[in-house]
Amino acid sequence: MENWSLFSLCVLLGLTSRWAVSFHSYSGAGKPPMFGDYEAQRHWQEVTYNLPVHEWYFNTTNNDLNYWGLDYPPLTAYHSLVCAYVAKLLNPEWVELHASRGYESHSHKLFMRATVLFTDILIYIPAVLLYCFYFCDGFSKQKVATALCILLYPGLILIDYGHFQYNSVSLGLALWGILGLGLGWDLFGSLAFTLALNYKQMELYHSLPFFCYLLGKCIKQGLIGRGFFQLAKISLTVLVTFALCWMPFLSDPKQPLQVLHRLFPFGRGLFEDKVANTWCSLNVLIKIKTLLSRETQLFLSFALTLLFILPSSLKLLSKPNLWQFKLALVNSSLAFFLFSFQVHEKSILLAAFMLPLLVKDGLLLPYVVTSLAFLFLSLYLLSALERSTEEELRLGIYRKLTRHWLPKLNLSRIIKWKFWFSLVAMAALSFTSVWLEPPAKFPDLFPVLVSILSFLHFLGFIIYFNLVQLMEPQRKKSQKKTN
Amino acid sequence: TVMAAPMTNDQSWFYALALGVSFLKCLLINAYHSTDFEVHRNWLALTHSLPVSQWYYEATSEWTLDYPPLFAWFEYGLSHIACFFDKEMLVVPNLNYASPATVLFQRLSVIVADVVFFYAVKECCKCLREDKGKDLLGKPSFILTVLLLWNFGLLIVDHIHFQYNGFLFGVLLLSIARHCQVLAVIPVLFTSFNCICFILTQRFIDKSRSSLFIKGQLPQVLSRLFPFKRGLCHAYWAPNIWALYNIADKAFSILGVKFRLLDINKLPKASMTGGLVQEFQHSVLPSVSPLATLVCTLLSILPALFKIWHRPNGARGFLRCLVICALGSFMFGWHVHEKAILMAILPLSLLAVDSRKDAGIFLMLSVTSHYSLFPLLFTTQELPIKIFLMLLFTIFSLASLKTLFRKGGALLNPLEVTYLLGLIPLELICEFVYPLTVWQKTFPFLPLMLTSVYCALGVTYAFIRLYISLLTCSDTTKKTKMQ
Repeated sequence: MENWSLFSLCVLLGLTSRWAVSFHSYSGAGKPPMFGDYEAQRHWQEVTYNLPVHEWYFNTTNNDLNYWGLDYPPLTAYHSLVCAYVAKLLNPEWVELHASRGYESHSHKLFMRATVLFTDILIYIPAVLLYCFYFCDGFSKQKVATALCILLYPGLILIDYGHFQYNSVSLGLALWGILGLGLGWDLFGSLAFTLALNYKQMELYHSLPFFCYLLGKCIKQGLIGRGFFQLAKISLTVLVTFALCWMPFLSDPKQPLQVLHRLFPFGRGLFEDKVANTWCSLNVLIKIKTLLSRETQLFLSFALTLLFILPSSLKLLSKPNLWQFKLALVNSSLAFFLFSFQVHEKSILLAAFMLPLLVKDGLLLPYVVTSLAFLFLSLYLLSALERSTEEELRLGIYRKLTRHWLPKLNLSRIIKWKFWFSLVAMAALSFTSVWLEPPAKFPDLFPVLVSILSFLHFLGFIIYFNLVQLMEPQRKKSQKKTN
Repeated sequence: TVMAAPMTNDQSWFYALALGVSFLKCLLINAYHSTDFEVHRNWLALTHSLPVSQWYYEATSEWTLDYPPLFAWFEYGLSHIACFFDKEMLVVPNLNYASPATVLFQRLSVIVADVVFFYAVKECCKCLREDKGKDLLGKPSFILTVLLLWNFGLLIVDHIHFQYNGFLFGVLLLSIARHCQVLAVIPVLFTSFNCICFILTQRFIDKSRSSLFIKGQLPQVLSRLFPFKRGLCHAYWAPNIWALYNIADKAFSILGVKFRLLDINKLPKASMTGGLVQEFQHSVLPSVSPLATLVCTLLSILPALFKIWHRPNGARGFLRCLVICALGSFMFGWHVHEKAILMAILPLSLLAVDSRKDAGIFLMLSVTSHYSLFPLLFTTQELPIKIFLMLLFTIFSLASLKTLFRKGGALLNPLEVTYLLGLIPLELICEFVYPLTVWQKTFPFLPLMLTSVYCALGVTYAFIRLYISLLTCSDTTKKTKMQ
């Protein structure tokens, strides 16, 4: 069968599963007074449509920041504004200032879900297709298999079409950035990534690798001459993009400060809820949240994050090629997730480990189905192929997956056993979280167990990927194709 | 070594496809379901709570039992499992009861009952001639499996609209497969008898001649099974001859009034286009009675039966005759439901992977009839699903059959391609443009009528082509390809 038909089948399967998941509940459905992320997004449409720009991030009589105040960078706000215009055309009640708080209806849900689908089709899916087409080794069937697995990745589907968010926009833009860098279009890549950064500040997790890769590349080209010009062009692109995105906020110095204050809420503490990172897990043994002062916490998290990022970034700086770049992306994002301040579990986008969140949202069924389907599909499609370490890792790098069997000689059996054990543990935890009652002494037992299990996995990953990046010799295949 | 395609052991792809489609069906559990859902819940309730003698007399709900006794026993069996999900669904007065547990149970029962269908498909694949060494995606058995397991019509009708056709078609296909495997033993008489069975029992496929032993209830059962009191056409006209007949009648009456050949006061009121199932009269052309339709149906299939009797053509001839009988009863039957077209498409899939001409006819018929099923899912929420799934199936069947028969030119001639492409503007007009116009209120039935008539043209064309191919094919019993 021809390539175009196979790729379109993948896209259609991905789209169908996305829309089918969207039939289910969303976060905060029917739960006044605060509702959930869905209401937050609707509220942002209301705020951006009805209020002038300089009031969006400020606490005013018309804009109560305690009720889902804007806490994403300006591009999200502009996106909400565009959606609000469409909403106003369809039904003005949806974005009525104040009156539309907690508005819930079937047609509104359809509208909101449609906006997610629209941006997904526009930004994320083409990026995935191009990525698989250009940067996957192997025959076309393997590329299609990879594309299918990426498109059916449960985490993104469940969060975007279930819980309700727009991660596909920022991830898609970041992927376009990676594509740009991979194809040698540095300026385009920088532009795309800067846009991603201006959409969700979470993309900072990926920013250091981008920076080191581009800097390293320029240095390699010679800091006097071509390299310098390249660096200048890239810096200019980034600065101009930032300026354009933040333009409405640059008139008054108080504005950007307030925006930054909303984006980085250092006042909120080391962590909230149950997150699979170091601090939350450590808190089970030592109550660091109460033991250390706010400043010490900040310093500690900053120091550890830096510690874990530095080796990988320096390596990338010295050897700026695509392979190192991708590994650095994983390492950097894992490091940030594990050690930084105020991390939310959505930052990791891994389905299995967001179980408590999804159960709360009433998304148990799609969670089970998509996770099983994805697991089965990846195992079936990708283990049948005699893949080299490089293939598997490349996939794992971008999507931070839990599969990690490698044909690494005597370690492979251990790894395989460990993989099945992890799966069983996850299945058992899922089952118990849903069907059993926790003991009265430890009401949060199951979410905490899930977080700790996940944390241990991530710790293992970050060590593994750092080792790979720092010590693995360059693969010949990747040298030929991607450099 | 890197392999070209996911080729593990011989049969694992079958289970992968079966599991994949089951996952998709699970995701659709929360989709729209029609009144057929309540119909089946009612039958669960009445078979569970009432003695057998009362089953066909019970009329608390408007949805009285109108399937043959075998199906009633099936519902009886299911009701014993239903107790574990939600006892309330088995209470007859609980009309329109649809708790989440009820929905889950009913949907799961359809998904599990499809196992029969899976088994039947597996058996049918054994009847195909296998080409060793072909790449997996080009294997006839693989293509047939996808065409049957992922059939758009079955997915839409069974797992969204809600019915148990998969289970029933499984029995049909199983009997076909057995026929193909032991054809030498079956006399031609039995073959003709089977064909006649299809005409008389449009709604059920029962090779085992269901037990009509219910004491003295035969007349009641028959009256429920063959509701001749209902009108010529279902509320939405099935795309058969009578749709064309109706539109011709309408056209003549309008022209007649315009050219003053007819008196508008003497014409009967236009009631058939009101969307309700009533008995009605035609204005210009002679009215059609149930007897007339029966006669037409028998006349339409007699030549085929005669040809088969005279010159049995092995398994392929039998299948072709079967398809023609099914299509004939669809084309000329009384109160035909558009879902009945599936009875023709599924066996035709078997022929399609075997010969070029049949592949062309299959493409025409399947795309047209699948499109004709669109009005079954009229909700906005299901709109993307039906479009995505339709595209999925169409692209797959086009691409795979094209690859299978790449030698020998195109499968569809330009006229057919134009006709099929015409479905796109038709869909755009009926679903997007028309609802926004002023005529939506005054002539709400117009899109349905358009769809019905347009598809009727395609179905009639396919019927004629199939007939021609049956009547003109040479005797190939000596070198029959299908074993």
